[in-house]
Amino acid sequence: MTTAIRPYQAVFRARFNLLLQYRAAALAGFGTQCWWGAIKIMVLAAFFRGAGSTPMTLKQAIDYIWLAQALLTLLPWSVDPDVARMVRSGDVGYDRLRPLDTYGFWYARAVARRTATPLLRAIPMVLTAGVVLPVLGASDWALSPPAGWNAALLFTVSLVLVVALAAAVATLMEIITVAALSERGVNMIMGGVIIVFSGNLVPLPLLPDWLQPFLQLQPLAGLLDTPLRIYSAHLVGAAAVTALVRQVLWVLVLVGIGRVAMARVMARLQAQGG
Amino acid sequence: MTASDIVVDSLTKSFHISERRAGALGAAVGLFQRRRRTIQALKGISFRLADGELLGLIGPNGAGKSTTIKILCGILEPTAGHCQVGGLVPWRERIRHVARIGAVFGQRTQLWWDLPVIESFELLRDIYRVPPDRYRTTIGALIAMLDIERLLDTPVRQLSLGQRMRCEIAAALLHEPRVLFLDEPTIGLDAVAKLAVRDFVKTLNRERGVTVILTTHDMHDVEALAERVIVIGNGSILADGSLSALRRGALAERRLLVHFAHDVERTEIPGATIRRWEGKGEGEGRSAELSFDPRVTSAHGLIAYITSKFDVEDVHLDEPPIEEVIARFYALHAIDG
Repeated sequence: MTTAIRPYQAVFRARFNLLLQYRAAALAGFGTQCWWGAIKIMVLAAFFRGAGSTPMTLKQAIDYIWLAQALLTLLPWSVDPDVARMVRSGDVGYDRLRPLDTYGFWYARAVARRTATPLLRAIPMVLTAGVVLPVLGASDWALSPPAGWNAALLFTVSLVLVVALAAAVATLMEIITVAALSERGVNMIMGGVIIVFSGNLVPLPLLPDWLQPFLQLQPLAGLLDTPLRIYSAHLVGAAAVTALVRQVLWVLVLVGIGRVAMARVMARLQAQGG
Repeated sequence: MTASDIVVDSLTKSFHISERRAGALGAAVGLFQRRRRTIQALKGISFRLADGELLGLIGPNGAGKSTTIKILCGILEPTAGHCQVGGLVPWRERIRHVARIGAVFGQRTQLWWDLPVIESFELLRDIYRVPPDRYRTTIGALIAMLDIERLLDTPVRQLSLGQRMRCEIAAALLHEPRVLFLDEPTIGLDAVAKLAVRDFVKTLNRERGVTVILTTHDMHDVEALAERVIVIGNGSILADGSLSALRRGALAERRLLVHFAHDVERTEIPGATIRRWEGKGEGEGRSAELSFDPRVTSAHGLIAYITSKFDVEDVHLDEPPIEEVIARFYALHAIDG
């Protein structure tokens, strides 16, 4: 068993270590994310003041937004630029020379990107929103701790599932990139779709009621909305467990689709050049 | 059948290329109607290769050399035909197959661009599941043979092309493959680096018995390395044999360079064609270059005739350079070089 997963662990470790080096990008990203988080919270606060009954409390919405900002890079809203470059140059053929299941290989690489980069970004964001803001006296606008031990535990489980789901979506996007020979189409479509349907743009509970059944069933809710609502106890008990099961199911479905798609794309791979 | 016996039988591969009409209107039309063109990259290629052979695959750009190699490596699936490497069908039993082969594509890199060389090696060690003690022995030997000790801690992007190529070759051999595919391994290298690569490949083949399939545009690679050459043109095999057989078939002529002791007038020589005649001048300038067909004219008869007619200082018998032979070969088969 250990020798079976050793190559995939190695791929993960190499990519993870490499991505941890991009500290300057993380710092710049951190600044932008703080700024956007603050703007979103001010806009929401204005709306909440005017509204009668709201689908979630302002406190829950503020937690939702800070966490969404902290976990921004967990969302697979664009194709890994290194993979895109490999597809264009044809180096992607080298991946087929490795005695590995190519899907597993790419999935391991995607998991690395969905953990290393978010780790660099999330820690300063959470510290700023959860510690610095209260110290500065802005407790009303700060990120609160999880709603309880139960919420904290379920949130952690859900977060692990987010990584699994995000890597599955990212790998699927990479496969489409190989089929299309360019990442631009995928990025253009998926960028917008993921930001809206994961809840990053506006918390999903704030979208119209008639959309809710669909929003909760679609796979992208499991990328962000599910753990964030569990965190602030907007989703509790059986509903929370159901949401976790839904995340698991979507991981299985998307990995399945990805594997089938990859087999098809690789079978009709056309390497460039004579 | 030994582990690296290679059998290729009537392999064909066709690609579909979508074409777009020129201009903005053409792009708009292309949204609704695509023109597809089929290109026959391989039109039935067959050959066999025994364990430990060194084969040179040559041919002009777009002839099908790389396609053949990619099929043998398991990267591409052929449209029709059959092939086996050591008893495995590359694209059907890809994972088992690729564990036993190594490949270097001269224009690509398999090293991780941002990582120091040694980390790429260690990653490959884990990917190929090479046992640690085995790895230490292999890497030690490769480092010594390819002289890459000093490069190990350098990130790949900072290496020169020649340094990188040596590391690429080492990377392809960490798992001790029985077959090595080299697709233009000397492309862009300077003379010294080329010689180093050639020497290494020769040693690997002769002393370790690794089967090597090599494509190249550099005929000196072929001359230095390959006992057997397959010429591919327009997706078919045009010739399969030794380099000297290819020479006999395409451009059998020999050349005789004559240095005269004194000025001589240009004179027709029976049985030979004059390529150049500078019979007057000083020293080296007083010379002539003749070509003749050894099947018609004997070299010693020609030399005897010339020395009897002129005051000759020196003669030098030579064959046309291999590039010329290949160019002639392409011309005979009407393919574009």
